[in-house]
Amino acid sequence: MKDRSSRLKSALTHLFLAAASIILVFPFVWMVSGAFKAKLEAVKMPPQFLPSHWNMDNFRQIEQFFPLYRFLLNSIGIAIATTIIQLLVCAMAAYVFAKIPFRGRQSVFILFLTTMMIPSQVTLVPLFILFSQTNLIDTYAGLILPGVFSAYGTFLMRQNIMTIPNELLEAAFIDGASYYRVFKSVILPLVKPTLAALTIFAFMSSWNNFLWPLIATNSKELMTLPLGLSKLQGKWSTEWNILMAGNVVSFIPIFVVYLFAQRYFIKGMTMTGIK
Amino acid sequence: MLKKSGAIIILAIMMIISACASNKGNNAESSAPATSESPSATVSESPSPSSSETPSPSPSESPSPSKEAVTIKLMMYTANGQEQTLKGIVDAFQAVNSDVTVDYEVVPYADYDTKLNTLLASGSEPDLFEVGYENFRTYASKDLLLDLNPTITADTLFKPEIYKKLAYDAFNYNGKQMGVTHSFSDVVLFYNKDLFDAKGLKYPDASWTWKEELEAAKQLTDAKNGVWGTYAPIQFYEFYKTIVQNGGGVFDSEGKPTVNSPANVEALQWMIDKASKYKVSPALNDDTFNQPDADLNAFKEGKLAMARFGIWNFNGFKEAPFKWDIALEPGQTQKAHHFFADGLVASKNTKNAEAAWRFMKFISSDPAAVSLRITAGWSVPAVADEAVMDAYYKQTPPDSKKIVSEALDSLVLPPVGPKPEKWNELKTAVSDELDKAKLGKSTPQKALDAAQKKVEELLSK
Amino acid sequence: MVGQRKWNRRIAALVFLLPALIGLLAFQLVPMVSSVVISFSDWDLLSKWTQIHFIGWDNYAEVFKDEKSYTSIKNVFLFLIGYMPLITILGTLFAVLLNRNIRGIKFYRAAVFIPVITSWVAVSIVWRWLLNGQSGLINYLLFKLGIHGPIWLQDDHWALVAIIAVTIWKDIGFVSIILLAGLQDISEDYYEAADLDGASAWSKLWRITVPLLSPTLFFIVTISLINSFQLFDQVLIMTNGGPAGATSTIVEQVYKNAFQFNKMGFAAAQSWVLFLIIFTVTMIMQKLQRRWVVYER
Repeated sequence: MKDRSSRLKSALTHLFLAAASIILVFPFVWMVSGAFKAKLEAVKMPPQFLPSHWNMDNFRQIEQFFPLYRFLLNSIGIAIATTIIQLLVCAMAAYVFAKIPFRGRQSVFILFLTTMMIPSQVTLVPLFILFSQTNLIDTYAGLILPGVFSAYGTFLMRQNIMTIPNELLEAAFIDGASYYRVFKSVILPLVKPTLAALTIFAFMSSWNNFLWPLIATNSKELMTLPLGLSKLQGKWSTEWNILMAGNVVSFIPIFVVYLFAQRYFIKGMTMTGIK
Repeated sequence: MLKKSGAIIILAIMMIISACASNKGNNAESSAPATSESPSATVSESPSPSSSETPSPSPSESPSPSKEAVTIKLMMYTANGQEQTLKGIVDAFQAVNSDVTVDYEVVPYADYDTKLNTLLASGSEPDLFEVGYENFRTYASKDLLLDLNPTITADTLFKPEIYKKLAYDAFNYNGKQMGVTHSFSDVVLFYNKDLFDAKGLKYPDASWTWKEELEAAKQLTDAKNGVWGTYAPIQFYEFYKTIVQNGGGVFDSEGKPTVNSPANVEALQWMIDKASKYKVSPALNDDTFNQPDADLNAFKEGKLAMARFGIWNFNGFKEAPFKWDIALEPGQTQKAHHFFADGLVASKNTKNAEAAWRFMKFISSDPAAVSLRITAGWSVPAVADEAVMDAYYKQTPPDSKKIVSEALDSLVLPPVGPKPEKWNELKTAVSDELDKAKLGKSTPQKALDAAQKKVEELLSK
Repeated sequence: MVGQRKWNRRIAALVFLLPALIGLLAFQLVPMVSSVVISFSDWDLLSKWTQIHFIGWDNYAEVFKDEKSYTSIKNVFLFLIGYMPLITILGTLFAVLLNRNIRGIKFYRAAVFIPVITSWVAVSIVWRWLLNGQSGLINYLLFKLGIHGPIWLQDDHWALVAIIAVTIWKDIGFVSIILLAGLQDISEDYYEAADLDGASAWSKLWRITVPLLSPTLFFIVTISLINSFQLFDQVLIMTNGGPAGATSTIVEQVYKNAFQFNKMGFAAAQSWVLFLIIFTVTMIMQKLQRRWVVYER
């Protein structure tokens, strides 16, 4: 009886998830097939689902518009550096906001949140002036630094750390652990799933960042993939098929990061001991 | 009171910023009289074989004894997708101007203004940059550009006649030459010869007015098979040209807005009627052509007999499985054609005016540069010399390629108006009303009345 | 002894907060304060910043007179009304299903996330076709159901609905993955105990899942609120604010005013008005969270 109802339940789950997956993945599949089409075929009306000739030309042609490998490497390096630093900075700050009370903490936290409420378009120019006055324009540091502080990430981590029972921390303090020890040995292992989630989001926002690298770089040695992809859209016409190919290339690294981080959602649960 | 406190705050910020900056101020770009290349603070991008990291100036680096070596920074958008061509031109330029290094950067058009404005705002704009005619008027009126007149006067070998006059004059602002058009584009009537032949119709020619166009379109339309007689989008750029074809205009000769003049209303009515009344164009609630490049595709598939397209589409139609050609656009009371000019201008703050001028001249008129561009298909150079242009005309299809130049006899410049800095806003304001007329939410008369009001308001501010 | 501990705590708070504070100050607060200053000027972004010229409260007065500001604020609230409840409910549903231990779950977890990491520029072409009035797939399916679909992106009533739907499509993976991470944090013990008591699935959802997930849900609600107010990329790519301003948003207006209309000062003032709106709504939500968000177990 029980077995039957649970089998029905998983069948329904499958049905729902399969239907949802098709809807969610369809435009992506389209993008991939577009990456192999000829220029006008990629935007044909009514559309043609599969290319009439599967050709790899589009991938080769990317190089004509920008140095793909250089831009790809820059993007990867900058995203990794940004992610690692951001994770650390956010987790540390979140620890304070969740578990180390001091007078005025709430106000500081609100100050953090307020930074999410001003559109970056309007702080862009002052930030640029600040960076150009300090000679950070057209340097790797100038590309990484603005991404390491994230109110978003701090907020996400704080929400998670707050759910950790205080008794657990008290017990560690009674054992003579320092704040650093508690952070490293109690907090961090417990929030692994969220750290994994934040890894994806930090990586993603660095990966897709466009406006800042656009104005903060001048030399090709420092440019990132989104800047390259934007070069496929010209004043008069857009190379849709090559753009699709470029987007497929750009998709792969971040998808890999996602698959790795996703594994940690599961591991995070089994590793924490208390469960 | 408030002004004061605002000033105090910005002063405080400036002090913080300059405090941060002071530790690195000595090797900033302000070191103007650089006799040799100083190693740049950031990643080295100079192609010259800089002898490792040693900061000592190497005497072998100064190429010509008479002139000081300079580096000019250049930023362009039309070179997007043509970087190899630009590199070729820069190399050719440096070969004959060994004292100048051109450090170029290509930024895609969509983001170019954002970047350029940010650079201008922070005072770090390049020596030379590209602007379209519309933005040129804004930058010139804001006094950001270098007046080239003194440099031109000093250059005794230079003759402005080497350029098409209209193109050259486009970058003249109140008598000051402030830039040089290096290329232009226009829009002409493309037509499918096979469809005309099938109906035994005469091809469009310079004598055509809207009436002949409509007559032909009626016969060419085959709605059942999705073939349309004629097509032009209903949007601002098409509007400002079409109204001139009917004797109208966005501004009168004194710069007063005349958006809702009878001639303009009639022209907009005509644009709409082609679809709604005569049914020779796709229906107005048909958003098929809203898909990117859908109109180009339709022409390429033989579904459009006539269409107004930009000359930058020649390459895309090369493989069309039918014969096609171009003609002048039919006008009603007069001819009118789009004219898009892209030119190079120099920043008012440049320290290398003379070198900048040499490069402007080179990229826009030197035979080596022009032929590189024609071969690569990087829009149309604005040179007057027909012998040079011959190479361009010879690239077919279309057979009647000279139409590209003939269209310039009746060109319409973008109606920038008396306040150039409001151009983008003006464009948006009129576009919104055209949208309403197109979707049937408003009549042409009402839409243009509303647009007129908005434009008047914009200019009064 | 107690004093010593208090000191330790303060020092620890400072040390752990310091990196974030430096980042906050340098990369956020300095530019933000500068934008306040700019909002009192008529800066056009063309002249150099050192030549800035102040005009007092004029920009703010203009914002309140500007018809387009009102339209964009109205659009954003309409967006919010459609987007926030739908994405929260759908996201929770997805997360619960994705948390099941069934075969192929890894595939589904990957599939759901694909829209999140696909670029707007690339998928917008596909969506423009899907939403096309004449030959789009969506209207074709509606036609099969006997419904005559609108010309979505060109219709001033439906364009915003289309933007909401496409944004949910893009964000649903993001929301459900965060909620999934939150769900994974909930110990199985609670459910086992509830099973022993013979609780129904419905009561388990409301008595265990939702309360224990509430901090994460609160995060989602706050973030989707802030994101709604920052609605920009998809609008610029898919409709450019049209038709006739029907999908114009606040940030779209800010961007255009700043970088296309040469009105940086006005754009800054608009941003700060936007800020006040978001700030007020967020503070109300912070107050309300005490009623439904459960921290600590």
